[in-house]
Amino acid sequence: MSTEATTPKPVELVNVQIDGVWYQFPKGTKVIEACSQAGKFIPRYCYHPRLSTPGNCRMCMVELGMPKMGPDRKPELGPDGKPIHNWIPRPQISCAQEVSEGLGVRTDSKMVQDARKGVLEFLLINHPLDCPICDQAGECRLQEFSYDFGPAKTRFLEHKVKKPKRIQIGPRITLDDERCILCSRCVRFMREVAKDDVIGIVNRGSYSTITCHPNKTLDSNYSLNTVDICPVGALTSTDFRFKMRVWFLKETKSFCTSCATGCNTVIGARENLMYRQTPRENNDVNESWMCDYGRLNFHYLNSPDRLLAPVAKGVNEPDWTAALTATASALKSLPPSEVALIASGKMTNEELFLAAGLTQALGIMLHDIVPHTDAGDDILLSTDRNPNTAGAKLLGLCDANAGSKLPAIADGIRGGTIKGLVILGEDATALGLAESELRKLEVLVTTAMLPNLTTASAGYVLPGSGFAEKRGSMVNKSGRLQRLNRAIQAPGLARDDWEILTGLTEAITGTSLGLATIEDVFKAMSAATPALTGLSLSKIGDLGVQLPIA
Amino acid sequence: MPAPRIPHPREKRIVFANIDREGYTPDIACYLRNGGYEDLKKAVKMAPAEIVAEVKTSSLRGRGGAGFPCGVKWGFIRPGETKPIYLICNADESEPGTFKDRYIIHQDPHQLMEGMIISAFALNVHLAYLYIRGEFPQGAQILEQAIAEAKEKGFLGKNILGTGFDLEIYVHRGAGAYICGEETGLIESLEGKRAYPRIKPPYFPAVLGLYQCPTIVNNVETLCHVKHIVRMGGAEYAKIGKPNNTGTRIVGVSGDVVKPGYFEIEVGSMTLGELINDLCGGLKPGRTLKAIIPGGSSAKVFRAGEKFKIKSKAADGSMVETEIGVLDIPLDFDTMAACGSMAGSGGVIVMDDTRDMVEALNNLNHFYAHESCGQCTPCREGSLWMQKITDRLLAGGGVESDPGLLESVSNNIAGKTICAFGEACSWPTMSFVAKFPEEFAARAKKQVPPPTPPEFLSETLIGAGH
Ligand SMILES: Cc1cc2nc3c(=O)[nH]c(=O)nc-3n(C[C@H](O)[C@H](O)[C@H](O)COP(=O)(O)O)c2cc1C
Ligand code: SF4
Ligand code: SF4
Ligand code: SF4
Repeated sequence: MSTEATTPKPVELVNVQIDGVWYQFPKGTKVIEACSQAGKFIPRYCYHPRLSTPGNCRMCMVELGMPKMGPDRKPELGPDGKPIHNWIPRPQISCAQEVSEGLGVRTDSKMVQDARKGVLEFLLINHPLDCPICDQAGECRLQEFSYDFGPAKTRFLEHKVKKPKRIQIGPRITLDDERCILCSRCVRFMREVAKDDVIGIVNRGSYSTITCHPNKTLDSNYSLNTVDICPVGALTSTDFRFKMRVWFLKETKSFCTSCATGCNTVIGARENLMYRQTPRENNDVNESWMCDYGRLNFHYLNSPDRLLAPVAKGVNEPDWTAALTATASALKSLPPSEVALIASGKMTNEELFLAAGLTQALGIMLHDIVPHTDAGDDILLSTDRNPNTAGAKLLGLCDANAGSKLPAIADGIRGGTIKGLVILGEDATALGLAESELRKLEVLVTTAMLPNLTTASAGYVLPGSGFAEKRGSMVNKSGRLQRLNRAIQAPGLARDDWEILTGLTEAITGTSLGLATIEDVFKAMSAATPALTGLSLSKIGDLGVQLPIA
Repeated sequence: MPAPRIPHPREKRIVFANIDREGYTPDIACYLRNGGYEDLKKAVKMAPAEIVAEVKTSSLRGRGGAGFPCGVKWGFIRPGETKPIYLICNADESEPGTFKDRYIIHQDPHQLMEGMIISAFALNVHLAYLYIRGEFPQGAQILEQAIAEAKEKGFLGKNILGTGFDLEIYVHRGAGAYICGEETGLIESLEGKRAYPRIKPPYFPAVLGLYQCPTIVNNVETLCHVKHIVRMGGAEYAKIGKPNNTGTRIVGVSGDVVKPGYFEIEVGSMTLGELINDLCGGLKPGRTLKAIIPGGSSAKVFRAGEKFKIKSKAADGSMVETEIGVLDIPLDFDTMAACGSMAGSGGVIVMDDTRDMVEALNNLNHFYAHESCGQCTPCREGSLWMQKITDRLLAGGGVESDPGLLESVSNNIAGKTICAFGEACSWPTMSFVAKFPEEFAARAKKQVPPPTPPEFLSETLIGAGH
């Protein structure tokens, strides 16, 4: 984005009549969008605001009228002082047409209704109508528009065109060509957004078939977005296919925590199981997309190996109070200089804030987070695979160079100068420490969801919650504060991490932090953090807020 | 090479002057012996705008199908255009019933070269493409040879005739589909993509054409006429034919006539009847006329005996209405349109009383269902549906509602598609069903059975007998 101070050009507004009512729209607005803004939704299949406009489905046809010009080349005005229209005698697509001064639009005339009926009939004649076993049922535009605008009876007495079914077109996608309505959204997405032009259409006419180019597969890290934008059940997610009817899914707005981009999502869950997450539009973050890696990185939440109860040396019952008390006294038994804390860039701000409080309560000087990096791309995926590195910096868990203190911590453990380690949501072997070296620690406390080499060596294991199981906020790589919402409950006795940290700190200090809810934590955090002044979890809203940080 | 054919005395040969001439060969030496490239020499001494003006004055209309005024099309190029401007010669000739461009290409390629070079000069084009139908491999070779010869002689390439004007022409072999002849499909194909026609707006070729640059697409015959317009002058050319229907054009007659073939005639100088009876030797003995498709397979069919009311200007300037029959329709653009069909690509298909109109329509439906590019819903699905209905009618499975259904399906296509293929594929059905209702009704007598799984219905219907 340009930082130059440009004086914004005044947007020129044009007058447009839609179904008899006059509106004003900025020049350049597509008629289909203008109609939506006027509350007249125009059905569409191929049109997608973020892709090029081929105008191929013919579903968005409307009647257009040009202002009638008098002999003086000025529009002739009707009794209401507004232009009269010359209506084009054939329906026109509204997706490619921009509004112009005096334009008239009819979205529901007989001509428009007939055109829609005609198109829907054409789309249905060769469609397999296997809705009862189709994954898209419940969110299928063909079902929806047929119901709203389509013909009630079939006039088709012929054989349908047969096409390939159940094609594994890529590692994560199953294609049913008979259901495809050839809107070309998937082709355009792969070409224009994913920049991996691997799918196309072969054959002609009604035999046209979506397929992958020879010797290629649809294996882009963005392939599953084609499933989202496919208006029908032609492209389905192999992961989600046949797992759950979509109308049973409870939807929760969230964001992906698999990298520092923080793509906005909707989580679909039922009966405390997460089934899928799909991208949610946010123009400041991910437009309408997300990557496959992030999208599918949630199955661990449903893992049978989840840690279900706290474990602490000397405590034989699965009891949180006892476990936290034991953990606190173990930590207090060591001088602060011999204890280090490693937090995680996957923790929420609230958790990081409380972790910082814990370091203060114990007087720990040595603390950091574990950087996780991997190959990124120019589209969305960040090389920083921690979703909240920015939050960790903001809240002082690490310095500008995250991870710079980890070698000192590892050396301290090896050399015996560090005898206690609190490691939150990370595996200490990632520091290059062997299991045997970890076992040298007198006190090893960890929060975790799943067993790992650290939990195996730790005397104090406190089971926490995953991103879909808790509330809280994070700051993405651009400094945008975003909010997680709870979609499912953590399993067993596993707790929300902010509660664990609060409980542990209170057990150490013996005084209450006065934090009853996550809102209280946010309030305390914002009071202590200038960049968060005046904010609250509810003020973050569904689309997040930009923080005044670089 | 076919045996030399003597032009019919009623022909007026300008573009086809050298076609089938004894001893005429496609090489540049022969062309130069016959006064070739003299018009180019004249043209490069004119100002480009002058040539455009002459073409406007000539009232030349496109010979590719739509009959769009060539000068008006050229006028869409903005003066002072800064993007490159491209010229494309449409040599895809694939409309059934059309056979004219191929003879120019095979027998007189330098005429086309000269027409293209003059047009390119007039339009400030430095790169032109000749998009030739893939099924004309020999034609492509001949054109490539012609390009090489013209370059060698300095009519093409750098600094043409010492004027400083540069032009390259490339031959591009078509992708083997009818839709490659539709100008925006052609442009996509030329760009190396599937020939999916583009939506207009915004992709009017003269504004956003090849590589998103202004592009003029003209038919082979149209570009040849430009050469003769430069020679004669626009005003002189406009004296041939009738106002707004000027010049000559090549008509190809096929079907049930004694002597099918191609003829170059002065536009409007004769009627359909004269064409069939005088130039083509009439119908075969003992046969009577049933139908004529006057302008390539997409044109709406005429039924023998049909009457049309035509308005024309009388000598005193008042409008008079006269009634004419099919054979009285003059071969021009405007009357043909006033009679509800089109002069199109000049392909006249004649059908006599031995023809079954359901079969004939089915034949066309097969062509269009096969050639629909499949991009937009109504044409993609409708063209095959119409084919399947006529398949079933022919196989004995017609139901009473079929003619009405055919009409309705064709109406749901026309005017609702990306490109004019929608009209091209639906007009035959529309006109055949409307004009020969008894033939369709005779094959559509069964009752619609109660709903069954559609998968089995067509067989059930066909199997049930009459
Ligand atoms: C389906 C379809 C096929 C066409 N095929 C051809 C063709 O083969 N040759 C041609 O010259 N024009 C063809 N046209 C017309 C072209 O789109 C275009 O109008 C023409 O080349 C313009 O040239 P003109 O103005 O010189 O006639 C076709 C049009 C359609 C809709
Ligand atoms: S697979 Fe889906 S998105 Fe792709 S063209 Fe078919 S219907 Fe459209
Ligand atoms: S780009 Fe990052 S935030 Fe977006 S979906 Fe992928 S991993 Fe998640
Ligand atoms: S009308 Fe037919 S040929 Fe033209 S773009 Fe649509 S599907 Fe293709």
